[in-house]
Amino acid sequence: MSSNWFVSATYFIVATIFILGLKAMSSPVTARKGVIWAGFAMVAATVITFFIPGLQNVGLMVLAIVLGGGVAWYSGKIVKMTDMPQMVAIYNGMGGGAAAAIAAVELIRGVQHDAMTATLLVLGAVIGSVAFSGSCVAFAKLQGIMKKAVRLPGQNNVNFFLTLFTIGIGLTIGYADNPGGFEIFLFFVLALALGVVLVMPIGGADMPVVISLLNAFTGLAVGFKGFVLGNPALIVAGIVVGASGMLLTQLMAKAMNRPIKNIIFAPITGAAAESGGEVTGSIRDLSALDAASLMRYGQKVIIVPGYGMAVAGAQHKVWEMAQLLEEGGVEVVFAIHPVAGRMPGHMNVLLAEAGVPYEKIFDLEEINADFAQADVALVIGANDVVNPVARTDKSSPIYGMPILNADLAQNVIVVKRGKGAGYSGIENALFYKDNCRMLYGSAQQAVAEVITHVKALEV
Amino acid sequence: MEGFTALYIFMLAAFTGYEVISRVPVILHTPLMSGSNFVHGVVLIGAMYALGKADPDEPLQLLLGFVAVFLGAANAAGGYVVTERMLAMFKSGNRKEGGEK
Repeated sequence: MSSNWFVSATYFIVATIFILGLKAMSSPVTARKGVIWAGFAMVAATVITFFIPGLQNVGLMVLAIVLGGGVAWYSGKIVKMTDMPQMVAIYNGMGGGAAAAIAAVELIRGVQHDAMTATLLVLGAVIGSVAFSGSCVAFAKLQGIMKKAVRLPGQNNVNFFLTLFTIGIGLTIGYADNPGGFEIFLFFVLALALGVVLVMPIGGADMPVVISLLNAFTGLAVGFKGFVLGNPALIVAGIVVGASGMLLTQLMAKAMNRPIKNIIFAPITGAAAESGGEVTGSIRDLSALDAASLMRYGQKVIIVPGYGMAVAGAQHKVWEMAQLLEEGGVEVVFAIHPVAGRMPGHMNVLLAEAGVPYEKIFDLEEINADFAQADVALVIGANDVVNPVARTDKSSPIYGMPILNADLAQNVIVVKRGKGAGYSGIENALFYKDNCRMLYGSAQQAVAEVITHVKALEV
Repeated sequence: MEGFTALYIFMLAAFTGYEVISRVPVILHTPLMSGSNFVHGVVLIGAMYALGKADPDEPLQLLLGFVAVFLGAANAAGGYVVTERMLAMFKSGNRKEGGEK
């Protein structure tokens, strides 16, 4: 009994530290401390769990922890900064999978539960499974394994009935005295399929919101599992993550002006994009030398980074160029769209990695008025987030999304690999504007050329 | 656990989560998402419990329990490493002198 008390007390402290850790993570100054505290709490929770009386299969447990933890630790260490979003997605999926597997064990063991526990057990299993398979699809999309957004005929009906059917079967199993193996199997197959079907039609542009949503799902699933297992630490940690994840998802969706229900039920697909308005005019390009002189002899340059910069790993080069320009007396700042890249804050992380100070990085609201005074807006590998049709063309699927008003700058230079449309597949009206010139090439190489020319201009 | 006690915990935890994140600057959104992803890695505890209660003579229970612990441990370890790496870049609020060349 005394060892049990000790376990409970530790769990209590762990849950408290998790909340304090998350709070610490909300400020750049204390963020690192926050995650380190949470890390210690996690280790403490894991170690103390071995002291729960009557646990069996301890050898197997240790093996699973060492294997799972080891593989993830290693892959987390070696992954490139630009691939972080899909790593977060896959680790999140694993958490959901763990919650689902716990539910599976509980169901197969056939432990008797009261109605509320059984309901939460089943809901946790569905949500966990959806988070697992959905995150796998999100991972595949971000990793480029799965390129197309696939939309089933009557998608929304499929989603609706599949959800109802899955929960229905789940509740039947949950309330049954001794559920059959086949029903349990079918239940999990359906739940996993639901995750795939939900995420499959969603395009890459909406992926940040989806990852965040799935993250919140996993939190909820974990919280429900905590209830089933009678562990308040799991409830607290899970629900705190679930609630904060929901809020984060809302913030992101709001930034895109795409209500969550639109993202899930009316994703931007190729077909929708075609219905967008025609763009007229022509696209003109310019040389790296012209780009260099435009910026070098300007007063103010605003750099708009996007996913293209991340893919090319060009953030260090971009910062080098910005520093060169600043030495020449040009004011250089960075403008970051809330959903630039594949996760909110993705660009902030990459620029921080390159050494760009916070003071130079601005949000959409902070900077948008400044574009009109800028001599050059340099758009590097961003597309949809600077597309002016979002302001003007009511028929466009991205109409209403807040964008960076790069088109209002005196000159716009767009660094772009090829002539293709953005991730959403929508033609960009910005490229056809009179004040816009294209600088073709990968971000890395194009910026390197500009740097050479800027240096030459100094002499 | 008593049903209504748990409901109260649900409610309070939900408000806590909402409050804790509402003051997060945009710049930290990704690390925070990653950090909360790490925190729900605590599902590992539940997985260990499930595996610990599994019947040693039932291979299916053992397998599922093993998978649960494996995935939970991966969530926790991977989530930690990735978050820590991201936040390591935000080391100091004022890196001006380091950045200039």
